Amino acid sequence: MMGTKDREGFLKQFSVYALLICIGFIYLYPILHMISSSLMTLDDLLDSSIKWLPSSFNLENFRQAAASMDFWRALWQSVVLAGVPTICNLLSCSVIGYGLARFDFPGKKIVMGIIILSFVLPSQITMIPTYVLYSNLGIQNTIWAFVLPALFGQGFNAPIFILIFRQFFRQIPKVLIEASRIDGAGYFKSFYKVALPSAAPAFITVALFSFVWYWNESYLTELYVHGIYGDSNWTTLVIQLDNFSDNYSSYQQTATNAATDLNESINMAGTLLSILPLMILYFVLQRHFVESIDRTGITGE
Amino acid sequence: MNMAETTKLTRKEKKALKERMKHLRSGKLEKRYARMGYLFMIPWFIGAGVFLAYPLISSFWYALNNIRITPLGRVFTFVGKGNFTQILIQDPDFLVQLVDYLTSTILSTPIIVVFALLIAMMLNMRIKGKGFFRLIFFLPVIIVSGPILKMLTAEGAGSISAIDVQSLTAAIGSVLPSMLAKPISDVFSNMITTLWYSGVQILIFLSGLQKIDKSMYEAAKIDGGSGWECFWKITLPNLKSMILLNTIYTIVFISSNSQNPIIVLIQNSMFSGTKEKGYGYASAMAWLYSVVVLLLVGLFTLLLTTRKDQYEKQVKRSKKLKKKEARNLKRIERRNSRNAKRIEKQRAKGKITTHTTSRSDY
Repeated sequence: MMGTKDREGFLKQFSVYALLICIGFIYLYPILHMISSSLMTLDDLLDSSIKWLPSSFNLENFRQAAASMDFWRALWQSVVLAGVPTICNLLSCSVIGYGLARFDFPGKKIVMGIIILSFVLPSQITMIPTYVLYSNLGIQNTIWAFVLPALFGQGFNAPIFILIFRQFFRQIPKVLIEASRIDGAGYFKSFYKVALPSAAPAFITVALFSFVWYWNESYLTELYVHGIYGDSNWTTLVIQLDNFSDNYSSYQQTATNAATDLNESINMAGTLLSILPLMILYFVLQRHFVESIDRTGITGE
Repeated sequence: MNMAETTKLTRKEKKALKERMKHLRSGKLEKRYARMGYLFMIPWFIGAGVFLAYPLISSFWYALNNIRITPLGRVFTFVGKGNFTQILIQDPDFLVQLVDYLTSTILSTPIIVVFALLIAMMLNMRIKGKGFFRLIFFLPVIIVSGPILKMLTAEGAGSISAIDVQSLTAAIGSVLPSMLAKPISDVFSNMITTLWYSGVQILIFLSGLQKIDKSMYEAAKIDGGSGWECFWKITLPNLKSMILLNTIYTIVFISSNSQNPIIVLIQNSMFSGTKEKGYGYASAMAWLYSVVVLLLVGLFTLLLTTRKDQYEKQVKRSKKLKKKEARNLKRIERRNSRNAKRIEKQRAKGKITTHTTSRSDY
C-alpha cells in the first residue's frame, strides 16, 4: 500500500480542497452568523458597516436570553428528559437486539418487518390514541410518558437502535457464546457476561444518538411531557426556544431593570444557548460520534 | 421451496419431506432455543402491543368518528368516512400543504442523497484534515431540531446570502409553471437547511465507501478503466443498498421533522375547539398523511430496487444466449437423428446403395 501511492494531480487536489472548504463554510455559516450576531449590541445590529465582527464583546444578550429562558432549570430538565429515556432505551433495545440476533424463533421475519415498518410510519398516526392513553394512565405531563415506551422498546427512533444492537450482536462469534454455555452459563448469564461487554461500541453509539435525538425532539415532548398548554412543570431548552418570544415578553414585563425589546441578537443568543450544551458534548466526544456509524456496521444491512 | 423446485419432487414426496422436516424441527434444544428467543423479545411484544398496535387500531377507529370533549368525557359519534371527505373537500390547508410536502420531499431527497454521496467521496480521497471536515459535516446532526431551524430561517441565516435568491426565483418562475417553480425556489432559498439534513447520510456513505475492496479499482485501472467508469461500474453498484437506506432515512427524517407544516396542522386540529374538528378529524388527517408517506417511501424503494445494474444485465443476457444455443443444439440433434432414421429405413428397403446419392443437411 505504501509504495503504490499514485500521485493525484495538483489541480484535482486543489479543487477538492477548495470545494470542501467552500461547503464547510456553507455548513458553518448559520453557526458563525449566530455567534457573531449574538455578541452584537443594538447599535451594531443597525450599523450597516458592521457585518461580522461586533464592535465590542457584549455578553448582555446572553444574560437576558438566559434569564428569560430560565436557563439552568431548563438545562437540568433537558438533561433528565434526554438521559433517563436513553438509559431505558439502552436496556430494552440491547435485550431485544440480542433476541433478534441470537435466536431463531417462528415469526422472526414478521417481527423484523414490523420493526422496520414502525420506523417508516410517521409518529402522528399513533400520536392521538397514545395521548389519550397517557392521560388515562395519568402519566401525561410526567417523565413517564417518555420512560414507559422506551422501557418496552418503543421509544423515539427505537427501531434504529434495535437494528444497531442486532447487527452488533450478530458480529460476535457464535463460538464465544457456545463456549460460555458449555462452561455452564445460562442464557442470561451468557448474555450479560459475554455479549454485553463486547458490545461497548454499540452502547456508546446508541447512547449518544438517543440522547441527541431526545434532546432535539420538540414536537412529541411538547405534546406528551411539556403539555400543549404549558401546564406541566417539565420543559426543555428546545421548547423554551420554541416559545422564546412569549417567554421573553413575559420576562420583560417582570424584569426590574429595563430590558431591551426582543431583537435579532437576543434571538440568536437564545438559540446559541439552547444548542451550546450539545455542541460542548459533541466536541468533547467527537471521536465517538464520528466513528460511531463505522463501528456499528449498520451499513451491512 | 427452491430446493423442491430444482430436484422436482412429486407432490407426495414433498409432503413426506415436509412431514419429516416437521419432525426434525421439534427437537428439544431447538424448541427451548425458540422459547428463549421469545423471552428476550417479551419487552418488544408488550411495547408493540401497547404503544404500536393498540394506538394504530384505535387511531383508525377515531378517524371514523367525530369526537367531542365534554366535561363528562369523550363523546364519540360515528361519521364513517365523513372526516376524510371533509378534509379532502372542505379543508383549505391540508391538501395544499400535502402537495407542497410531496413536491418538496421528492425534490430535496435526491438533492440530499446525491450531495451526501459527493461529500463522502471527496472525504474518502487521500486528503489532509479528513477528521476536521468530518467533524464539520456531522455537526448539524447534533444541533438540528425544529425550533432551531425555525429561528435560523426567521433570522435569515438559513440561506446563503451570496446566492441571489430573488433573481434565481424570478428566473425559475419565468421558465417553469408556477406549480413547479415554487417548491424549487423554496429548496434554493433554504439551501443550508436542506444540506444540513445530510450529516448522517454522509457518514453512512463514507463507511460504505471504505468497505469497497480496493483491489477492484486496481483491477479496473489495469484494464484501462477511467475514474468516471469506475464510479459508475464499481462505486455505485456497491453502494446500492446504502443509497436505498439513505433515501428512506431522508424521507422519514423530513416527514417527522417538527418544521413540517402538516404535522403542525395535525396537532392544531387535534386541539381545535371547533365542532367538526378534534381528535377524530386529526386522526383522519394523520392516517391520510401516513399513507402518503408510506407510498412515497414505497415509490422510492421501487425506483431504486427495480433498476438492475450492469453486471446483472450482462449475466442475464449471457444466460439467454446460452439457452438459445442449447435449444439450437437440441434441434440439430433431433434433425440428425431423424435423418439418420430415414436413411436407415431407405437402406433397409434397398433403395440406397451409396452414400453419395443420399441428401444430407451437413
